[in-house]
Amino acid sequence: MFPRAFHYHRAGSLKEAATMLSQLGPEAKLLAGGQSLIPLMKLRFAGPPHLVDLNFIPGAAYVKQDAGGLRVGALTCHADIEDSPAAAAIPILHDCAAGIADVQIRNRGTIGGSLAEADPSGDWAPVLLTLNADVRCLGPKGERTVPISKFVVDAYTSALGEDELIIEVLIQAPPKSSGGAYIAFKRSAPVYASASAAVRLAMEDGVCRDAAIVLGAVGLTPVRALEAEAALRNNQVTAKTMEAAAEAARAAADPQPDMRGSAEYKRQLVTALVKRGLEVALKRARGEKVELSHIYA
Amino acid sequence: MKKNVRIVINGAEHRAEVEPRLLLVHFLREVAGLTGTHIGCETSLCGACTVLLDGMAVKSCTVLAVQADGRSITTIEGLAASENLHPIQEAFWEEHGLQCGYCTPGMILCAHDLLQQNASPSEQEIRDGIGGNLCRCTGYQHIVNAVKAASRKMNQRQRAAARAAD
Ligand SMILES: Cc1cc2nc3c(=O)[nH]c(=O)nc-3n(C[C@H](O)[C@H](O)[C@H](O)COP(=O)(O)OP(=O)(O)OC[C@H]3O[C@@H](n4cnc5c(N)ncnc54)[C@H](O)[C@@H]3O)c2cc1C
Ligand code: FES
Ligand code: FES
Repeated sequence: MFPRAFHYHRAGSLKEAATMLSQLGPEAKLLAGGQSLIPLMKLRFAGPPHLVDLNFIPGAAYVKQDAGGLRVGALTCHADIEDSPAAAAIPILHDCAAGIADVQIRNRGTIGGSLAEADPSGDWAPVLLTLNADVRCLGPKGERTVPISKFVVDAYTSALGEDELIIEVLIQAPPKSSGGAYIAFKRSAPVYASASAAVRLAMEDGVCRDAAIVLGAVGLTPVRALEAEAALRNNQVTAKTMEAAAEAARAAADPQPDMRGSAEYKRQLVTALVKRGLEVALKRARGEKVELSHIYA
Repeated sequence: MKKNVRIVINGAEHRAEVEPRLLLVHFLREVAGLTGTHIGCETSLCGACTVLLDGMAVKSCTVLAVQADGRSITTIEGLAASENLHPIQEAFWEEHGLQCGYCTPGMILCAHDLLQQNASPSEQEIRDGIGGNLCRCTGYQHIVNAVKAASRKMNQRQRAAARAAD
C-alpha cells in the first residue's frame, strides 16, 4: 500500500509551517506523528498534494510546568506525556497517555495531531475537556488561544483555520482536593475505545463542589454529561449518588452501533466506566495513589 | 520531487534519493536490502514491521523514510553487537518464543523497547508491552516466557559486568 505521490516540505519552525500552509493552499496537510494521516493516505482516503512535515522543528515537543500552568508542546508524543514527571502531577493525563493504542503508536503519535484529527473516539479531547484546557494556535496572522470546549467542533472537525496549526496545549492544575480519572474500554491495544469516560471531582469537606463528566466514543464529539455532573454537585459522593450520575451519563450517551458493539452495549459500558472512574477520582481527591489502566475485552 | 535522505541503519550510513511517499519499511527492505523487517497488515495493527527509531519501537509501515532522515534505525539484523545472538534472541530460541517466525523480529524489537524502560517487567507488563504485536502461531505464552527469560539474562549479565568493573 503506497500513498498517492505528494510534494514534501520540511518546516524549520512553527511560524514557517503556518506560512507554508497559507502559501500551499487548503489542500496541503501538516504531518506530525503520522499515525492517523499515513494510514489514511495509504488507504487512499486522503491524498494531499503537499505535506508540511513538523517533525524537524526544534523545541516543539516538551512537557513543562511554569507559572501559567502545564504546557505541552503540540509535537509531544503520547509516550513522552506518559513518562513525564511534570505531567504525573495530574494523574488523569497518565491514564490517558498510557492507554492510547500500543507503545509503537504512542512513540510517534502526538497530542497536537490527536486534537487536530478530532476523531470521535480520540482519547485526548474528553480528558482535556474535564480539565478546561486551552489550545494555543498559530496562523499567519498571529496566535490565538481556543478553549478546548470551542476547539472540538464536530466529528473530524476542529476550530482550526486552513492555515493554522496547534502549537501548545495549556493545562491548569486542578485544585488540591480534586481528583480525576480516565478509563477506556477497548477490544485490544491497537484500536480505539468502544467507549470511555473522563471524570473530575472537586471535593470540599466531603461534599462535591464541582464535577466534570465527559464521555468518549459514544457521539460525534465527546459528550459532556451535564445531568450526571448535576447529580453529584453539592452532594456527598456516595454509592447512591455515583449510581445516579452513571445512569444520567448513560442517558446522555448517543452511541452508534458498529463493529465495536451495539448502541445498547456501549450505553451499558458507559454506566460501568463512569462508576469506576468516579470511584478512582474520589480516592485521588482524598490523596490516595491509584494506578488505573484501561479495560480490555 | 525526490528527496535525499541519510539514514543510519544498524550503525551503517545509507544515503539515497527517495520519493517522499516511500515508507520506511520499504526503504529498509528494498533500498538497504534488509529483509528481516517483515510486512504483515500494512495498516499499523500487527507490529510485524516494528523497528527501533533512535531506540524507540515504531511501526515502520507507518513512518515515511523522509521522516527518518538523519536518524538511527535498529533492525533485527543489527540487534546483536557481534556474531552472537542478543540475549532476547537467545531467550526466544530457548523458550520456543516462535513457530513460523513471521512476527518474531517485531516481537523482539518491541520487547527490547520494553526492557529498556523496565528491566524487570511483570507478566502483565509484558503482555501490555507487546500489545501492538500479533502472533498467529504461538498463543503468546511462550513469547511472554521468552521476554521474562530475556529480562533475567540481561539483568544477570549487567550484574556480572558491574562486578567485573569493580
Ligand atoms: C492502530 C492505531 C490505533 C490508535 N488508537 C488510538 C486510541 O486508542 N486513542 C487515540 O486517541 N488515538 C489512537 N490512534 C491515533 C493516534 O493517537 C494518532 O497519533 C493521533 O490521532 C494523531 O496524531 P499524529 O501526531 O500521529 O498526527 P498525524 O497523523 O500526523 O496528523 C493527524 C491530523 O492532524 C493534523 N495535524 C497534526 N499535527 C497538527 C498540529 N500541530 N496542528 C494542526 N494540525 C495538525 C494533520 O494534518 C492531520 O490532518 C491510533 C492510531 C492507530 C494507527
Ligand atoms: S505491517 Fe506494520 S503494523 Fe502490520
Ligand atoms: S511465530 Fe508465527 S506469527 Fe508469531
